[in-house]
Amino acid sequence: MERLTAIVRDLRTVHRFNGYIHLKTIPGASQELLQEAGRYADRMSINIEIPKEESLKALAPEKDHKSIFLPMSQIQQGVLENKEDRKKFRHAPRFVPAGQSTQMIVGATAETDKDILMMSNAMYQQPTMRRVYYSGYVSVNTYDPRLPVLKQPPLVRENRLYQADWLMRFYHFKVEEIVDDAHAHLDLDVDPKLGWALRHPEFFPVDINSASYEDILRVPGIGVKSAVLIVNSRRFNRITSYHLKKMGVVMKKAKYFITCGELTSAFSQPIVGINELRPDRLRPLLISKAQQKRAAAEQQLSLDFKDE
Amino acid sequence: MNVYIFDNTLDGLLTAVFDSFFLKQQPEYLLAEGEQLPMFADEPHRVVTDSEKAERVWKGLEKYLSKEGMHMISVSWLSEERTLNQPLFNMICKVFRLKVKGLERNASDPDVLEVRNSCRRVLHEQLRMKQFIRFQKAKDGTYLAVVSPDHNVLPLIIDHFQDRFNDQPWIIYDAKRHYGYYYDGKTVIRVTFEDEASVPFDLSNGKMDADVLSENDKLFQDLWRTYFKAICIKERMNPKKQLSDMPRRYWKYMTEKNG
Repeated sequence: MERLTAIVRDLRTVHRFNGYIHLKTIPGASQELLQEAGRYADRMSINIEIPKEESLKALAPEKDHKSIFLPMSQIQQGVLENKEDRKKFRHAPRFVPAGQSTQMIVGATAETDKDILMMSNAMYQQPTMRRVYYSGYVSVNTYDPRLPVLKQPPLVRENRLYQADWLMRFYHFKVEEIVDDAHAHLDLDVDPKLGWALRHPEFFPVDINSASYEDILRVPGIGVKSAVLIVNSRRFNRITSYHLKKMGVVMKKAKYFITCGELTSAFSQPIVGINELRPDRLRPLLISKAQQKRAAAEQQLSLDFKDE
Repeated sequence: MNVYIFDNTLDGLLTAVFDSFFLKQQPEYLLAEGEQLPMFADEPHRVVTDSEKAERVWKGLEKYLSKEGMHMISVSWLSEERTLNQPLFNMICKVFRLKVKGLERNASDPDVLEVRNSCRRVLHEQLRMKQFIRFQKAKDGTYLAVVSPDHNVLPLIIDHFQDRFNDQPWIIYDAKRHYGYYYDGKTVIRVTFEDEASVPFDLSNGKMDADVLSENDKLFQDLWRTYFKAICIKERMNPKKQLSDMPRRYWKYMTEKNG
């Protein structure tokens, strides 16, 4: 950590580098070093790596959660103090202005998606935590029996975790709504938002012209940008499915979950919503061809293994 | 059928709005100079650009549109898209006719949506330009970067580079629009080259001539290429995503892509 701090100081003072510096912090670093490094770095991160302490102990005996969370809270304290200082003295030097981030490894240990997302939810309760990154495990040390041997990093699972992360940060979802004990793992075939919608048909249909912003955000196929456009535009006139299409809403998905005050149109014909179709019949319609193909290919592979 | 022809400047477009209200007309088409007239068109009205009239229209717009709305108009104009003229003209006319505040938020209006999308494309590209600009150092210590963006985004990115590289002189030159910005360590000025053929760099790929390139810049370029190759994680390769994040049309000026 001393050398990292020296490097970041030299970059700023000797080489006059004005760009963004993201400094990875070593777990268990001393508070003095963190204080100094924080004055030069834009963002500091300490990786949790593994959400459960016993799994972390098994893979990395020299690390424990205390050595990770203590520096994390010290950085947070520094940022909050600095915020107060800058209110009083406008030119007080900045301390980690871009906040903190952290990272978790996905697929190296037996953690479920629920454990991972619960941990990142707890992280986002900290005022200075900006991002939690999820990194699919890439098999490196194949000689180590504690590590699983994966043919490919779990990229789809990683992607689903990021989607769940976005739901928590931008879509007003609570972590308990995305994963619970019955659904401890995220569905790999459908994204978490669609998964939630299929589990909660009673929430739909959402009326685009009167529902609140939070409710519109829950419609699969409508993102933050389109939801803002809808809420802003409907003050001027009623929104029809033609407008939605133009605004960039994915009608292919959204048409099952909304009403927009019209009897028929090119996009909602025939009017069949999630409640008429039932979720179990709607689901195969919404899984893309590519995903179906992938699922088929995976089955093919497992058959091959049996032959050997 | 009523047709207006203007000189393809923002002032010209604003003057066209002024004329249409002054003459109490609603033209069906607003065309730029040199564009094909539609069938059955009457004698077109030629808009004479007048900065005073344009100023009045702009002031009037400020009463109805928010700061973001005004920003949307000026940014979308930088897109230099011919197809933007008509929607932008319609939108500005609508603002004055309907006299409602915040019309720029009404995405259910096709004209507003068109302007909004134009603005979005420009902002998207300015972000890319911030990422894709590659500087080369000349012998006299000036850094040069050549770009040719689809939209005229240089005015939007200059502030960023002024903050970022405020202790070194640099030039960012737009090879497509034949102008650039030069920063001398204090202020930024707009520059053009009188004779583009004699500039000490190649406009087609942005490479500086060997006799003006600083001695160790070649080494830095090699270093950057090596770095680019080394950071690739083979297990996570996703060529499709890479191509959509870094489209091929930007490659020709990028060090890592032309060795």
